[in-house]
Amino acid sequence: MPLANTSTTVPVLVDEGKCIADKGCTVCVDVCPLDVLRISELTNKAYMKFDECWYCMPCEADCPTGAVTVNIPYLLK
Amino acid sequence: MDEIKDGLSEIECDVLVIGGGTAGPMAAYKAKMKNPDAKVVLLEKANVKRSGAISMGMDGLNNAVIPGHSTPEQYTKEITIANDGICDQAAVYKYAQHCYEIIEELDKFGIRFQKDENGDYDVKKVHHIGTYVLPMPNGETVKKALYRQLRRARILISNRFMATRLLKGRSGRIAGAVAVNTRTAEFLVVRAKSVIMSMGAAGRLGLPTSGYLYGTYENAANSGEGYAMAYHAGAKLANLECFQINPLIKDYNGPSCAYVAGPFGGFTANSRGERFIECDYWSGQMMQEFYNELLSGNGPVFLKLNHLHKETADHIEQILHTVERPSRGRFHEGRGTRYHETMIEMHISEIGFCSGHSASGVFVDDCARTTVPGLYAAGDMASVPHNYMLGAFTNGAFAGEDAVAFAGEVDFEDYDREEVAREQERVLAPTRREDGIPPNQIEYKARRLVNDYLQPPKVTRKYELGQARLAEVRDDMENHMVARDAHELMRAMEVTSILDCADMAAFASLYREESRWGLYHWRTDHPERNDEEWKCHVLLSKQDGRMTCEKHPVQPYIVPISEEEKDAYYKQRIKAEA
Ligand SMILES: Cc1cc2nc3c(=O)[nH]c(=O)nc-3n(C[C@H](O)[C@H](O)[C@H](O)COP(=O)(O)OP(=O)(O)OC[C@H]3O[C@@H](n4cnc5c(N)ncnc54)[C@H](O)[C@@H]3O)c2cc1C
Ligand code: SF4
Ligand code: SF4
Repeated sequence: MPLANTSTTVPVLVDEGKCIADKGCTVCVDVCPLDVLRISELTNKAYMKFDECWYCMPCEADCPTGAVTVNIPYLLK
Repeated sequence: MDEIKDGLSEIECDVLVIGGGTAGPMAAYKAKMKNPDAKVVLLEKANVKRSGAISMGMDGLNNAVIPGHSTPEQYTKEITIANDGICDQAAVYKYAQHCYEIIEELDKFGIRFQKDENGDYDVKKVHHIGTYVLPMPNGETVKKALYRQLRRARILISNRFMATRLLKGRSGRIAGAVAVNTRTAEFLVVRAKSVIMSMGAAGRLGLPTSGYLYGTYENAANSGEGYAMAYHAGAKLANLECFQINPLIKDYNGPSCAYVAGPFGGFTANSRGERFIECDYWSGQMMQEFYNELLSGNGPVFLKLNHLHKETADHIEQILHTVERPSRGRFHEGRGTRYHETMIEMHISEIGFCSGHSASGVFVDDCARTTVPGLYAAGDMASVPHNYMLGAFTNGAFAGEDAVAFAGEVDFEDYDREEVAREQERVLAPTRREDGIPPNQIEYKARRLVNDYLQPPKVTRKYELGQARLAEVRDDMENHMVARDAHELMRAMEVTSILDCADMAAFASLYREESRWGLYHWRTDHPERNDEEWKCHVLLSKQDGRMTCEKHPVQPYIVPISEEEKDAYYKQRIKAEA
């Protein structure tokens, strides 16, 4: 059974202007209980790679520059 | 990150703790405090800094037994009645006697508990009978405070390792566990003299009505591995038919939370704004009334605060929107709902296993020992009923102390290398396929079937159909599931636990041929409670490779329950005025 690429809108946004992942920060990736954030190899900024979020907010609370915003996932907001 | 790598390493320790949420850190800490020479390893699927139910913090202690406010006898009685008589009181009584020491210890760690103007603990009444709820004004610091202690005690922490199976020796004693790295798929075998499981609830069993797989009440990382691993290791699991079902904010699926709002005058109301239950403390009996109201002409059900002073309602909002589930404020903002203006629509959660709120868990005694020598369980996945957070801490402490003593008396147990090789093959099977069905689709289907067929009311014929459909999904999972990277492999392994839990939920529910615990085990074909035949535990286990159930007597009560008291929790409904 071949796989399709179905798109989905993700709840967590990273302000690339504020994110300092290019200076070595990985805090949000480190703390996320669901392990759904990654640093992009293209932009060197954090982003939500997997739409598997418990909207719990450690990523936002622990980000040193206030770059992360957690929104409520579309299906339940 | 996420590429699948080959790798297998082995480490040794005296005590292995699996799951670093709430019970786990306390277990590891207590084991190390009791024997500073012991090597204690804490293994966590996520990151101990922010993992588990309390990842952001907690609003308060739901079951604090504090001298001057309540006694261990009162608490033991209350929980026995709330849990419809099926209660080995020794563990509850021991918890009640010692939880105050844990509060004092947490206080030393820097976690504050609310006091009144006289410096006395400001305990609130939420339960049906006694007074046990203690607010935590700096509840958001819990995880940080715990983490500091773990570092200070030099506990060895392995984050991002997901345990998949326990290892036992030929004698039947515990030998360790197998884990897989969630970002590289490399394997880790941990040999240990004793193992403590604290992997939390089976929170991804039912599907939230939003359809979002991760929109669960429980921390969605808690997918039931603890239950599945205990099962495959031959440990007994108790009363799995006593589901966890919670009254929640609809769609948001977080606590509403009457425990916080109740003492200020908030309550659960029907669409007319009227109170219909006496007590907002969560129990199956209360949930039955909630369910009845929801389906009656009086539904939906709401959290009502709009009769309170605006300042009071705002104050409650401020607590509820900052600590435990801080995204709640954003949810209400999106909906345009303010507590002082409108009632907040509530709903019933998906089903799960969780002794923290109900009673389904790995069967343990009053020292957190399971039926497998050297294997312990604490917190939401162990069978001590209505544990909550303080129960996780206190029973975690008991587990840590007993497990380190056990480790001091035994040597490493040998395990079968072949078993590890077989486990590697099982885990990696989805990565060996070129194409197939991704874990998210298998998970969605399994959990949708759980909702369709296993959610109460429990109907025998529906259960049988559900079992047949779940078996088809299992076949797909075992033969066609595909995982393309290490992250997806973690999800694939979680699906195997979810299906194991679904099978156990169905099997245990069919075995108990009566109704008990209100909505949690409401069997329409056996609508009455039958104390003569079923005032006992149901223990489920794997024997000769097959799922089996047996009856197991409830230990004689330490604190007697009189005939008049025993059904107090069934008297929840407010009498209609004539
Ligand atoms: C939203 C919410 C609100 C609550 N509010 C209150 C309250 O106000 N007061 C109160 O007293 N109680 C409250 N509770 C209950 C209380 O939080 C729990 O009973 C308690 O925290 C459970 O502790 P635990 O250690 O069993 O599980 P958790 O703290 O959830 O820890 C389980 C850990 O195991 C890890 N894990 C899971 N699977 C694996 C695996 N395969 N390998 C390795 N690690 C794994 C998880 O990542 C997690 O860190 C609440 C619970 C929830 C969900
Ligand atoms: S924590 Fe903040 S700054 Fe650091 S990587 Fe994440 S978004 Fe960027
Ligand atoms: S809200 Fe929670 S689950 Fe979602 S990305 Fe942030 S830390 Fe991860």
